[in-house]
Amino acid sequence: MASLTQLPVPPSAPARPAASPRPRTKGPGRTRPNFLGGLGGWLWLAIIIVPVYYVVVTSLKNQAGFFTSNPMMPPAEPTLENYKLVLENDFAKYFANSLIVTVGSVIPALLVSFMAAYAIVRGKSRFLNWTNNLFLLGLAIPLHATIIPIYWMITRAHMYDTLLALILPSIAFAIPISVLILSNFMRDVPNELFESMRLDGCSDWAMMWRLALPMTRPAVVTVGIYNALGVWNGFLFPLILTQSPETRVLPLSLWTFQGEFSVNIPAVLAAVVLATLPLLVVYVIARRQLLSGLTAGFSK
Amino acid sequence: MSTTSGSSRRPLQPGPSGWLAAPALAFFLLFAIIPLIGVLFLSFTSWDGLGEIKLDGLSSWTTVLTDPVTGNALLVTAKIMFFSFIVQAPISLLLGVFTAAGQKYRAALAVLYFVPLLLSSAAVAIAFKALLDPNFGLGAGLGLPFLAQDWLGDSDLVLFVVVFVIAWQFVPFHTLIYQGGVRQIPASLYEAAQIDGAGRVQQFFNITLPQLKYTIITSSTLMVVGSLAYFDLVFVLTGGGPGYATRLLPLHMYLTGFKANDMGAASALGVILVVIGLALALLLQRLGGKNRNASQLEGA
Repeated sequence: MASLTQLPVPPSAPARPAASPRPRTKGPGRTRPNFLGGLGGWLWLAIIIVPVYYVVVTSLKNQAGFFTSNPMMPPAEPTLENYKLVLENDFAKYFANSLIVTVGSVIPALLVSFMAAYAIVRGKSRFLNWTNNLFLLGLAIPLHATIIPIYWMITRAHMYDTLLALILPSIAFAIPISVLILSNFMRDVPNELFESMRLDGCSDWAMMWRLALPMTRPAVVTVGIYNALGVWNGFLFPLILTQSPETRVLPLSLWTFQGEFSVNIPAVLAAVVLATLPLLVVYVIARRQLLSGLTAGFSK
Repeated sequence: MSTTSGSSRRPLQPGPSGWLAAPALAFFLLFAIIPLIGVLFLSFTSWDGLGEIKLDGLSSWTTVLTDPVTGNALLVTAKIMFFSFIVQAPISLLLGVFTAAGQKYRAALAVLYFVPLLLSSAAVAIAFKALLDPNFGLGAGLGLPFLAQDWLGDSDLVLFVVVFVIAWQFVPFHTLIYQGGVRQIPASLYEAAQIDGAGRVQQFFNITLPQLKYTIITSSTLMVVGSLAYFDLVFVLTGGGPGYATRLLPLHMYLTGFKANDMGAASALGVILVVIGLALALLLQRLGGKNRNASQLEGA
């Protein structure tokens, strides 16, 4: 796929400026400072920060310190013991499982959704119209309600307690929103570009990869990030479709840690920090891309 | 446009083959639509999750519909949906408007606002469980007796704790949607309003709010339908307790199916969940006056 995306891109109309910041509007109230808004903004910041602070501070305390010190104060003697304990308890394996499931579902989901979005936007058959409506319906249905038949199917297919059991339904559940966002972006690619490629004798397959994909790359990134977050943090499928430590993913491991170390709150919170850290690193590195992608995806 | 009804072969007119949509459709049919039909079928059977599935007429439905816990779960779901909408919608709208303006300090605040987007529901639930502990949490830390209550053990308080934690986790996501929406409002509208001497509040009600109509519908739909999927958070935070105080419908379905081993009754609950989700989504679209697809396009 990498080589395909490097094929020459037809010059012209810039893609939707999702990855680059839009020219900002003069929001209401440029003329004088917005005291009320500022107050509310800082208040919400406190609400967001306090739990995060508490978790980090507590994760650095030892058991004795946890029971005796003030919960909101940093530990007198910070310790990394809790982190060591969590890492020794197969944290790396759970991390790897999460990674396999996330990559294994997001890439196929992107691929099939992109192809479907292209067909829906460019095609005109009743079949495609019907397909699109089915996906839109999927957005309105709480698909969690289907876990019981999915559980039955997965057990009957002898896939219970495998990573594939998590990957397959995750792909399906990612499709409606992915097709919606991708097709909304694709409608903005000027028709003339497709026409001129068609005149040059391009097949739909070639147009899809050489024109539609480069032009909608910001949307592809958006959809990829959105789905990756959803799958990485998913809890219900792992809870129902897996069982053994061999197939445990990170969110589920937090829950089991909580059971195993119920008396050791600092260790449980260290696990929370460790499970969040990888995403935080990604956020720090790719924040702009991530946020502008998500914003553009949903404000369309 | 099409007169060649339902043909999946390449039509004569230019346009891609419907086969491009086939992989996405296949995944979606297999893991979403067939299970959707399956859950309806299973609601007329009895099954313990391991043994045979036996047709059992309406007995699961009678069980579910006469069980007072079902009514309670519906009530809890409605309450959580209502209160979390009332809390989240205004906060995320105001924060979205606030952060859409481009000052440096607002951008810096926004970096931290969006951190909860990265956390899994399991992590959020575990963090708040520790934070709300009357002896070792926030209340004890700040020395405020009011905060040192048994938040999760009091069946009157716990619902509002759940609403608060849901808001903590999901407001950032909706803030992002609103931020994107506000940034698409043409600056000229505000300039014109300023020339006319409209103040900040007038601008908000006469420009920002009407222009955000479709963003509001998108966000509200996601918020309301999404509240049928708060399963993970509540499962880890309270397990549905104390008593049945936070046992909302999806959780009730899970516990009935996978803990009480009554898959028939759980399937009936799943069907109810689907019907409610669909009804709510349709209702919200009606309020918006357009179908989702059109609204997305017009909102752009």
